[in-house]
Amino acid sequence: MPLAPTPSQTIGPYFAMALPFPGGADLAPAGHPDAVTLHGYVLDGPGAPVPDALLEFWQAAPDGSPAGAAAGPRRDGDAFTGFARVSTGEDGHYALRTLLPGGAPYLALCLFARGLPHHLFTRVYVRPPGDDPLLAALPAERRATLLAAHDAARPRSYRFDVRLQGDEHHAETVFLHFGGAP
Amino acid sequence: MAANGPARERRETRRVDGFGEAPAYVGVVERRPRQPPVPVVLAPGAVELAGPLFGTRDVGPFDADLTRQHPGEPLGERITVSGRVLDGRGRPVRGQLVELWQANAAGRYAHRLDDRRAPLDPNFTGTGRCLTDDSGRYRFTTIRPGAYPWASHPHAWRPAHLHFSLFGTAFTQRLVTQMYFPNDPLLPYDAIRNALPDPDARRRLVAVYDPDLNEPELSLGYHWDIVLDGPAATWTAPASVPAQGGR
Ligand SMILES: [Fe+2]
Repeated sequence: MPLAPTPSQTIGPYFAMALPFPGGADLAPAGHPDAVTLHGYVLDGPGAPVPDALLEFWQAAPDGSPAGAAAGPRRDGDAFTGFARVSTGEDGHYALRTLLPGGAPYLALCLFARGLPHHLFTRVYVRPPGDDPLLAALPAERRATLLAAHDAARPRSYRFDVRLQGDEHHAETVFLHFGGAP
Repeated sequence: MAANGPARERRETRRVDGFGEAPAYVGVVERRPRQPPVPVVLAPGAVELAGPLFGTRDVGPFDADLTRQHPGEPLGERITVSGRVLDGRGRPVRGQLVELWQANAAGRYAHRLDDRRAPLDPNFTGTGRCLTDDSGRYRFTTIRPGAYPWASHPHAWRPAHLHFSLFGTAFTQRLVTQMYFPNDPLLPYDAIRNALPDPDARRRLVAVYDPDLNEPELSLGYHWDIVLDGPAATWTAPASVPAQGGR
């Protein structure tokens, strides 16, 4: 008989004193020639920036393996860790430096923010997804919310905005449920 | 400040049956997704079934003792908080990062947005980290935080609480939550805890006083175990759910 899970409670307004750490946005080792930037905005329903969100990314290494270097607050910046923790600025913007994942073509994203009773999971697809079953099951306008925009003029930059709430003009980002409590 | 004023906070709560005047937190209305999350059953080897690794170098010598991070001693009642981090099958989560943040004994956070009329303590920051040991156990020494008012309704004082952040072996098990203290008279009125409709779930957030955790003549002990939700690497899908099916 499974143990009953400890429920989630909102991250509140004061997590910034404890959770962000220096180098948290750097998954790519310092000076790595293949490093790319992934950046974007977190927006609420009316389109206002969300300045107090915390985004955590987890991804495979370029060779497709689950990443392995120590990923925490005292990382040395020399190794690929697979894990990033970034908070949004006053303008709702976040940015991180990483290497494109091998294998699965996406970064897993866990988003926390003041005002969310529970964190939100989603995926950021940064390579052509092929026959990905999740994307295949989504209607086209919802599928597009999981694809990072890539401008050929800026080959090292990927853009991914999170729209916490949609309306008739803006598609809401698809959030995911993996089998625990929603 | 205006953006955090009572009018806005009031919109973040709703009344719930059975709690008299105590509302339940629903969050910032404009930030809540309207669509239900899309269910995904993860195939073995899926990215989300692994998670970041942490090491002893990620935690410094005073990170787990919040009373020793400054030259002087903080004000307040010393407490020791300890327990085990387990997965849903009762297996210990080993070597994983546990993070803590809290208000000081006067109920004020050392954060620029907390400007209420209560003193800061120059000898207390209120943040800690540790790694779980081989039995999944974590342990912090700190001070009991004070209650603080929250503008959601006229009687809204947050009960004393510790904010916790936890990692499992899988990214799906990520958890941020809050621990409460037993017999706190503010608990039935707390909109944040009342956001959980299930009374058993609310109870699971309350620690137990445990004299075996007391440090003689120094601290009172509280025991709180944490069970992480979500599939881990060995989780097997119910046969009725299509693999990676989405709607
Ligand atoms: Fe708090």
